Amino acid sequence: MAEYSALSIIRNALSGNTNWKPAWRKPDPKPSYDVIIIGGGGHGLSTAYYLAKEHGIRNVAVLERGYLGSGNVGRNTTAVRSNYLLPQNIRFYEHSMKMWERLSHDLNYNVMFSQRGVLNLAHTPAQLDDYTRRGNAMRHLDADAELMDVAAIKRLMPIVDDSKTARFPIYGGLMQWRAGTARHDAVAWGYARGADRRGVDILENCEVTGFIRDGDRIAGVTTSRGEIRAKKVAVAVAGSTGHVMRMAGIDRMPIESHVLQAFVSESLKPILDTVVTFGMGHFYVSQSDKGGLVYGGDIDGYNSYAQRGNLPIVEDVMSEMAALFPSLTTVRVLRSWGGVCDMSMDGSPIITTGPLPGMYLNCGWCYGGFKATPASGWCFAHTIAKDAPHELNAPFTLDRFHRGTVIDDKGQGATPRLH
Amino acid sequence: MSAIRIASGGRIDRSRAINFRFDGQAYTGHPGDTLASALLANGVTLFGRSFKYHRPRGLLTAGVDEPNALVTVLRDSVREPNVPATTVELYEGLVAESQNRFPSLQFDVSAVNQFAGKFIGAGFYYKTFMGPEFGPLKGTRFWMLCEHFIRRAAGLGRAGLAPDKSRYQRMNAFCDVLVVGSGPAGLSAAAAAADQGANVMLAEIDSRFGGSANWSGETIDGTPASAWASEAVAQLAKRSNVRMLNRTSVWGYYDTNTIAALERVTDHKPMGASGEPRHRHWNIRAGSVVLATGAFERPIVFPGNDRPGVMLASGAMRYANEFGVRTGERIAIFTNNDTAYGAALALKRTGASIVAIVDVRRDASEKARHAASECSAELLTGYAVTATRGGKMLDGIEVQPFDGQRVSGAARKIDADCLLVSGGWSPAIHLASQAGSRPVWDETLQAFLPPQPTENWVGAGAFNGAFQTADAIAEGHAAGLAATGGTNARKLTPPMVEGFAGEPNPAPVFEIKGKGKGKAFVDFQHDVTADDVRLAYTEGFTSAEHLKRYTTLGMATDQGKTSNVPGMAIMAEATGKPIPEVGSTRFRPPFAPVSVGSLAAERFGDLKPERLTPMHDWHLEHGATMYSAGLWFRPMIYGAKGETVEQAYVREAKVVREGVGIVDVSTLGKIAVQGPDAGEFLDRVYTNMFSTLPVGKARYGLMLREDGFAFDDGTTWRLGETEFLMTTTTANAGKVMQQLEYFLDVVWPDLRVHVTSVTDQWAGAAIAGPLSRKVLEACVQGTKVDNDALPFMGIVHGTIDGVNVMICRLSFSGELAYEVYCGANEGTRVWEALMAAGKPFAIVPYGLEALGTLRIEKGHVTGAEIDGRTTARDLHLDWMLSKKKPFIGSAMMDREGLVDENRLQLVGIVPLDNRPINGGAHIVEQLHEDHPMNSIGHVTAMCYSPALGKYIALALVKGGKARRGTRAYVSDPLRKRFGPVEIVSHHFFDPDGSRMHG
Amino acid sequence: MLITCPYCGPRDVVEFTYQGDGNRTRPDPASTDLNAWNAYVYDRVNIAGDQNEIWQHSGGCRTHLAVTRNTLTHKISSVRSTHAEPPAPPKPARKKPRAKA
Repeated sequence: MAEYSALSIIRNALSGNTNWKPAWRKPDPKPSYDVIIIGGGGHGLSTAYYLAKEHGIRNVAVLERGYLGSGNVGRNTTAVRSNYLLPQNIRFYEHSMKMWERLSHDLNYNVMFSQRGVLNLAHTPAQLDDYTRRGNAMRHLDADAELMDVAAIKRLMPIVDDSKTARFPIYGGLMQWRAGTARHDAVAWGYARGADRRGVDILENCEVTGFIRDGDRIAGVTTSRGEIRAKKVAVAVAGSTGHVMRMAGIDRMPIESHVLQAFVSESLKPILDTVVTFGMGHFYVSQSDKGGLVYGGDIDGYNSYAQRGNLPIVEDVMSEMAALFPSLTTVRVLRSWGGVCDMSMDGSPIITTGPLPGMYLNCGWCYGGFKATPASGWCFAHTIAKDAPHELNAPFTLDRFHRGTVIDDKGQGATPRLH
Repeated sequence: MSAIRIASGGRIDRSRAINFRFDGQAYTGHPGDTLASALLANGVTLFGRSFKYHRPRGLLTAGVDEPNALVTVLRDSVREPNVPATTVELYEGLVAESQNRFPSLQFDVSAVNQFAGKFIGAGFYYKTFMGPEFGPLKGTRFWMLCEHFIRRAAGLGRAGLAPDKSRYQRMNAFCDVLVVGSGPAGLSAAAAAADQGANVMLAEIDSRFGGSANWSGETIDGTPASAWASEAVAQLAKRSNVRMLNRTSVWGYYDTNTIAALERVTDHKPMGASGEPRHRHWNIRAGSVVLATGAFERPIVFPGNDRPGVMLASGAMRYANEFGVRTGERIAIFTNNDTAYGAALALKRTGASIVAIVDVRRDASEKARHAASECSAELLTGYAVTATRGGKMLDGIEVQPFDGQRVSGAARKIDADCLLVSGGWSPAIHLASQAGSRPVWDETLQAFLPPQPTENWVGAGAFNGAFQTADAIAEGHAAGLAATGGTNARKLTPPMVEGFAGEPNPAPVFEIKGKGKGKAFVDFQHDVTADDVRLAYTEGFTSAEHLKRYTTLGMATDQGKTSNVPGMAIMAEATGKPIPEVGSTRFRPPFAPVSVGSLAAERFGDLKPERLTPMHDWHLEHGATMYSAGLWFRPMIYGAKGETVEQAYVREAKVVREGVGIVDVSTLGKIAVQGPDAGEFLDRVYTNMFSTLPVGKARYGLMLREDGFAFDDGTTWRLGETEFLMTTTTANAGKVMQQLEYFLDVVWPDLRVHVTSVTDQWAGAAIAGPLSRKVLEACVQGTKVDNDALPFMGIVHGTIDGVNVMICRLSFSGELAYEVYCGANEGTRVWEALMAAGKPFAIVPYGLEALGTLRIEKGHVTGAEIDGRTTARDLHLDWMLSKKKPFIGSAMMDREGLVDENRLQLVGIVPLDNRPINGGAHIVEQLHEDHPMNSIGHVTAMCYSPALGKYIALALVKGGKARRGTRAYVSDPLRKRFGPVEIVSHHFFDPDGSRMHG
Repeated sequence: MLITCPYCGPRDVVEFTYQGDGNRTRPDPASTDLNAWNAYVYDRVNIAGDQNEIWQHSGGCRTHLAVTRNTLTHKISSVRSTHAEPPAPPKPARKKPRAKA
């Protein structure tokens, strides 16, 4: 398949744009593969891509229940950052950040990663100290972070309410300039195209209905498109982890599925250059290249597999937006939607071998799966290929909960809705 | 296109003029006009520029589905961008401007984009702008450079910087039946439900109730439909069980029939009345809902179909019948169904000439033929429009014979200044889609019909596919009854409806592929063309969702109301699959855009409540700088003139160590734990014993979470055999309460214990320092407070200034200290009495900073150390872990991850350069200022210690216990603070506690 | 989403706090079976369908409720107090016509 470039666009345009090829094939399933990846979202597709690219494992199928990228990779608010507190998370997400910086070239697909910065606003001196702890933790692990004072924040975002009389006045902020946003769908499509070009079969509308066992070992799956066997079966279905693992006979997991809503406003001329988070509550916003403000807040707070939420969170999110940007109350919400998140018991993910022989598990991404997409696939591919985790994902085991080696960035304990 | 106001007809009041401005130019209109109808009546044809190609655009519709005519409405300096001119009611002094054009609407330099159309079709961004892999524009830099310009070119309206001063209001409402839409079906449903005695709410998005009755031109039982509707509305308005909301867009269908609606209260007025909100956000809990939301007409896709002057037939009919505006002189019609013939008749009645009716069908119905001859129009059946002519305004069309698939033969030119298009109708199933399963494709209507409900709603009228007014009224009646479960129904006499009502069943023609050069638009606002849809097909983006995401079809401000079905039809043709197999996008809230302000409502400007202690005003009057702690406000320092924060807290803390100070502790969480099993309950909740605590004594307690990590600490006082008063940290009061309630309700329902939050019932003041007892002796009546009467951790009851008080001798500062509690209403009185009694002893009030200083000197922990990741052992509180009994967390606290020697443990830190090191600084073994690495922990709290005469800090450091007495470095690259430190015990001051026991 | 509290009647979800999987049983306080404790604290049924859950009417009577709710549709099929027999449900108080606005 031809490389994408400015030249290819011109050449195709001159021939009426009829010679483009499908971004990925739509093959029929083969009876067996070396590796099956359940889940055609960002993580499943990137895993397939790195299996082929880094480990030469090309006899791979990605199984997607609906259309490719129909889960959270196409439903998130597109922020990419590595501004975590705990070293295990910083190392992993910073590795991901470095992969993002090269991703468009690597994939020959413009994922529009724009390093426009992610700014966390602090509203009390104690909160700023807390953010400083985090920023310093990042700096000690090779990630970038700096503090911003109120004047600099106002210069960066003239629409922000910097008044001292605000209910929660801004006291300062923690900025990660290398962080930013990417075009979410493009990430799924770029990985799909890259994996496909390396021989991976992407099987859409292929719903897994059960697991095939060979003794104790997982040896394949039954699907809506027939039985498919494989030496290794990898699960990357964040949002539906509980549901899929139940088919494998594992009926309890350290995960709850929660619905997270997101919102986009009508398109506006550029008014917000960075990603910004409000510190007294939970609110994050950026402006897309099309001009819409893309924003969100807390999960609804109850278990759900429905991609729809309820009004209380809608009202919470909007009131935080109005508090931060009191001139944007006349701006109108255009669309809202919901995605189902795997909320883990410590707010950190799981990338591991097992829990059954022949099985590999990638789940528990909470709010944060999109930015992890490159590193998650890269680490998961390593784990599948080598039957052992890479040191970056070694802490993200399934048994860490029982052992007490939790990675609890927010310090909330085993209450998933609070992570 | 040369639109004019006709002499009579419509809902407008020609006797009054309204002045308004658009793009700086003054116009007049009439009450009843929208900005769109008034501008049209003034001969304005150019309303906006499209998103990507900046093409000139006129009006396509007359309603909420308008994709082209977006304007910014200005009120003083407050801007409201992206409002369809079709939904802006005219008011005196209205100022609006067009968008997305530079320098002007007439001449927009970015219109050059359209000539690059071939190169910037769907998805082109993904294939380029990646830039070089090496050099100064490597990585993401080249893309970000390009993006800078792309962002400036994109976007529609401009939002303002001036804060919105409007008020917004949130309303809760409850009703038995909510009727959405007040066309004939909705009015009939509301009347039927109201007849059954139900509480009915009727919501209409428009300013005028009546829906299509306002413009259908029909008569119902001999009266004009608009008058019939007015009468029906008047009847409903008389009923006490009906609440009617116009200008109200029902936009969200949430779980358990919770409906969200936006009422635009003052948008149509020059100025709202005093206190009147701009918008109301309604939360309506409806027993059942009648959806009578009608249908949207959709265009046919053909080359040049976006030229100003091309509009939907129903839009032109509304302008004619409802607003008294003739949209052109020489009007052509292009249709695939009979309804457009009604528009032809309506326009004919305005005095326009209907130059041609171009119908893609080989045969038109008898009714249609009759209508065509009635308006003396040339009827071209088996023809299609294949091109439009004109510049920024239509002056003619080209038609060619069409066999249902292809055009052929010679093009014929027809002069026309207005082309009315009808490509069939799509029921407005948006709300149903939010509360239903997949919509159902109907071959006859060539449209998606409502899905099976998953919530309690019934549909009626065009929403259901019942387009004839008589049917709609009958369906509405039935729906109103069904919604109430009514049985004693008045039998509906079917109304006599007269007028031209064409069947909406269209020929399955969605696109005309002409040989002409013009682009054929599917999504007008986002400039998605039929070729873009085919490009998406070629590249494999064939499912409805991929089509939408790859081309942005249906993602503009109109959310695809006119474009979704044509787009899917073109994809269906490309894939050779029937339309329903391409899929249907699920509609998501909101149905129409909703202001952020309305959703924030009362919280706009006042995000969260302020919690103030009873002594708040006193603190302000005495120079306190207040500090926001969660929702609470607490004094940080009581600074004297010219004092820095550090000077103030050092002075305050020093007084506590040497004399006496007083601090407001009312914010501590306070929970009454009462009942025969209260002691047993506390034994299970705390790591240490409370059942053995004598009455009249207090004890410091520690709680863990179930997972074995530290949770909260505080003192709990035994006030009686079966009564305890628990105190918690300020931050965790709510969480602790919830944990206690959970265990009592869910885990140990057999325990006879009741817990009550009494945080707000008690005011609390701590007085601390060697002279504190003398202060109490000077003001406390009714009890002694000497060491015998009130030993360490003892509790006494007495009065201060006649107010009942409870005094416990306990110490957070490490000094001789007491907490004095009284009823919240008397807090200031007792506080002032303590201040008066303390005056001879030079008592000073102290704030959080001094409180923090005193506790750091003592090595006491707070939320900075009990941060949800530390264990009792990490904080050297293992002496509090009882071995005699199980407690919450006891089974889990010894797991390997919680007992690792290398965990972060609490230590003291002394900077050897005696300069401050702030919270959040890290600790390292080896200093690398330029490339910080290998953090071993972080500083949690810091102060200048007046008692020790130096800066000290608390920190959590890996394996901290074993590092006491060793050297390390502070590494704070964010604040550029580096330097040597010594790691010491966290007990800096008076480690054996002799001062507080004294 | 409305939840019908047995004490307060149907109330909006905003008044309630989700307290997690209702299928868990806390081990005996004295139990030292770490597996049982771990399962109780960390493992969830998290079913796609009807699920037993605990909710607290935190913005109302503060009772904990055992709720059966479908996680795919959010439909609630039963609500009861976690420990007491529920009282007779309150009669809906909105039969009398409401004055119009």
